[in-house]
Amino acid sequence: MTALHLAIIAPFLAAVFVPILYKMFPNIHTGWFVLAVPAVLFAYFLQYLPVTSNKETVMAVLDWVPSLDIHFNAYVDGLGLLFALLITGIGILVVLYSIYYLSKKTEALHTFYTFLLMFMGAMLGVVLSDNMMVLYMFWEITSLSSFLLIAYWYEREKSLYGALKSMLITVLGGFSMLVGFVLLYSITGTFSIQETIALSSEVVSHELFLPAMLTILLGAFTKSAQFPFHIWLPDAMEAPTPVSAYLHSATMVKAGIYLIARLSPVFAVSGEWLWLVAGFGITTLFWGSFSAVRQTDLKSILAFSTVSQLGMILSMLGVGAAALHFDNLDENLYVGATTAAIFHLINHATFKGSLFMMAGIVDHETGTRDIRRLGGLMTVMPITFTIAVIGGFSMAGLPPFNGFLSKEMFFTAMVEFTEFQLFNVDTFGILFPVLAWIASVFTFIYSMMLIFKTFTGKMQPEKLDVKPHEAPFGMLLSPIILVSLVLVFGFFPNILSYTIIEPAMASILPSLLQEGEQFYVDIYFWHGWTPELYMTLGVIGTGVLLYLGMKKWIGVYRLFPEGLSFNRLYDQTIIQGERMSEKVIGWHMTGYIKDYLLYIFSFFTAALLFTLFYKGAFVVNTENVAPISVYELILAGVLIVSVGIVMFTKSRLKAIIGLGVAGYTVALFFVIFRAPDLALTQLIIETVSVALFLLCFYHLPQISKNLESVRFQAGNFIISAAVGLTITLIGIAASSSRLFDSISGFFPEASYEEAGGKNMVNVILVDFRGFDTMLEILVLGIAAVGIFAMIKLRMAGREQL
Amino acid sequence: MFSVFIFFNGHHEPGGGFIGGLMTSSAVVLLLLAYDLETVKRVLPFDFKIVTAAGLLTAVATGMGSFLFGEPFLSQTYDYFTFPVLGELELATALLFDIGVYLVVIGITLTIIQTIGEDR
Repeated sequence: MTALHLAIIAPFLAAVFVPILYKMFPNIHTGWFVLAVPAVLFAYFLQYLPVTSNKETVMAVLDWVPSLDIHFNAYVDGLGLLFALLITGIGILVVLYSIYYLSKKTEALHTFYTFLLMFMGAMLGVVLSDNMMVLYMFWEITSLSSFLLIAYWYEREKSLYGALKSMLITVLGGFSMLVGFVLLYSITGTFSIQETIALSSEVVSHELFLPAMLTILLGAFTKSAQFPFHIWLPDAMEAPTPVSAYLHSATMVKAGIYLIARLSPVFAVSGEWLWLVAGFGITTLFWGSFSAVRQTDLKSILAFSTVSQLGMILSMLGVGAAALHFDNLDENLYVGATTAAIFHLINHATFKGSLFMMAGIVDHETGTRDIRRLGGLMTVMPITFTIAVIGGFSMAGLPPFNGFLSKEMFFTAMVEFTEFQLFNVDTFGILFPVLAWIASVFTFIYSMMLIFKTFTGKMQPEKLDVKPHEAPFGMLLSPIILVSLVLVFGFFPNILSYTIIEPAMASILPSLLQEGEQFYVDIYFWHGWTPELYMTLGVIGTGVLLYLGMKKWIGVYRLFPEGLSFNRLYDQTIIQGERMSEKVIGWHMTGYIKDYLLYIFSFFTAALLFTLFYKGAFVVNTENVAPISVYELILAGVLIVSVGIVMFTKSRLKAIIGLGVAGYTVALFFVIFRAPDLALTQLIIETVSVALFLLCFYHLPQISKNLESVRFQAGNFIISAAVGLTITLIGIAASSSRLFDSISGFFPEASYEEAGGKNMVNVILVDFRGFDTMLEILVLGIAAVGIFAMIKLRMAGREQL
Repeated sequence: MFSVFIFFNGHHEPGGGFIGGLMTSSAVVLLLLAYDLETVKRVLPFDFKIVTAAGLLTAVATGMGSFLFGEPFLSQTYDYFTFPVLGELELATALLFDIGVYLVVIGITLTIIQTIGEDR
């Protein structure tokens, strides 16, 4: 256990104390205590910056389940540290914001902060674990705590719906990822990510490579809300706004991106990876930005915008994988895509966090998030407006904000991708910059909607529940810090270049670097008159035109009926799934014993007959058959007649008597086959049971006593005939193919010499196999007590009911 | 008497605890038919559930007894003893086990019959 391990589990430890502090200091907002955790952790992780920027990594080892190769090994490199800083840094701001956002009088703060800390610890575990199983464990804890946080207001139905939906989708992906990890393990024999990376060439040539990659990608796509699994994210907006800002924009949804970046060195050499990651990313980018424009709720717009921006990061990561196919580092343009991905990852966390907080403030101060009811807040809430403008313009990719820089780099990457010569990119590659450009236009439109529909125009006080006013300073502090970061990263992007971005790139593309080499990272505003600049100008021009003429074309969205949406698909899957299972259960679980017996018998005969003939075990061997005597024939005839009576008689009394006859005949068989003990027992038992049957008969209710013969049913007949046939066949086969001599030769001599008895049967019963007898008398005893209990305790049971 | 005979002869002739028990109980059933439940209960003042339990205990105890001599569970042994009254007799621990079976069978049969009988 090192300090690093302690840092990962610190939030969990702190979560234990949250309820105690909440109860002990009711006058202090619990958030203040919680604030210390991410602050300390952030400071702690800052120490690693010099380490990782020198290309050094830290591996802290802690055995957990060594026999299963599961070690709680913490690994810090550029990528892990970038995420750890994001998690703790945004964590500080979100906790600070939530202190002002959530009232200590009306909200259950202890549960909120417990879940939040759980989430924070789990996220740190995801990004800093080297062992895949440990990573998976933390991954599922993020799903779980996200589920709890979305359903924080659990009395609202929509919260529960959203929580359940996100849980189902992310856990589906999580399981698939687990399968992928296990497949990887079966290829490499290790759960360690770093060791897997070292073996990556072996992985790529293995036959399980593709399944492993697909299952892991499914996990990453569901977590990062990629098309078509993005549907849980907009519904997760029912969570409190700090949660949306933290989990659903800055951290958890980037877990999938982290995973893809982390495993890039393993998978990225293959063409499938490049196509899947880049293809899904660009589709998500387009669909997310397209869907965002039709939303009217601030948080929904932001949710779809998050979806689309995540798609953008992912597509850049995918394109960045192309870098691996050209060795010459100096001319390698595709490395730039990875740079852009990481840079945008940071940018997105800053501006999206601030925008969510802005939406929360508007909601808090006006009582609504519907942009149709909002408007004209600019003068009332000037600071919030400034935040929205900076965040929104950065999201739209306008200069001089950091979004502009990453968008330029994104266009560069997409344009260069068309020049890529492998894996059919030269034919379909043109789609990438085109889709990216259209998506950027939509991004521009919804960013403008977000700013201007909320803050400009005429105020509509009659539609608002409360009189709007500027938020308290404490609530504004966190978004102000975030937008200042937007500005700082916008004007001085290179403070990030070699401290954070470059080490993270070294983790994603390790194979490209020789000892002592560095990626060249330089982010600057002015590229010259490049295609990217024209594209951005085009985005702005088209975006402005489309935004102003929005009323004319917004009807386009009506072409997409509700019934064809992915939400509808999800809902129908759930509903139909439930209906189907209900039907299946209703169909075979009829509640009639008759039907269950039918299943049992048909399965029994089918399985036995199949085995008998499949194995070729059926043989007839008449060597050892004894001669048949006349008595036996007569008795068999009697037996058949009595059984026939039982089966076909109309009267129950006759059936009982027929059964008795059969029983006594069996006793006579015992006599013939020289089994006096059995004959005696059989006689007496038969007498007793016939008496009991008569007793039952006597007590039958009058209504059902009407005597009708057994109804004939073809199905029952076939199955009973099949059962009889099967048993007969097996009996014949078994007696025809005896493998060993019976052990009964031992008993006649041994019973007198060793056990002191001449009655062999009895000696076997009480001496050689006395244990069986003991348990059989136990069975009898239980039966007696059971009958006693059923009859005597009947009244008591009825009284209780 | 016949049932007792059958019971004791179990080791050498057809018979044994099970049949012996059944026969004893059928004797009691005859009594039941001839008299009524109350009378039989007065003549045979046993709680047959306890008889069952006692029989089970006897059977298990014989099994446990073999532990005392360091043998596996239910190892039976036998020997010849000379009793002052009966002369030389062969006694086997299996007999004790059979007594357990005997008691259990009597117990359960009569419990069942009595319970059903009283229910009427």
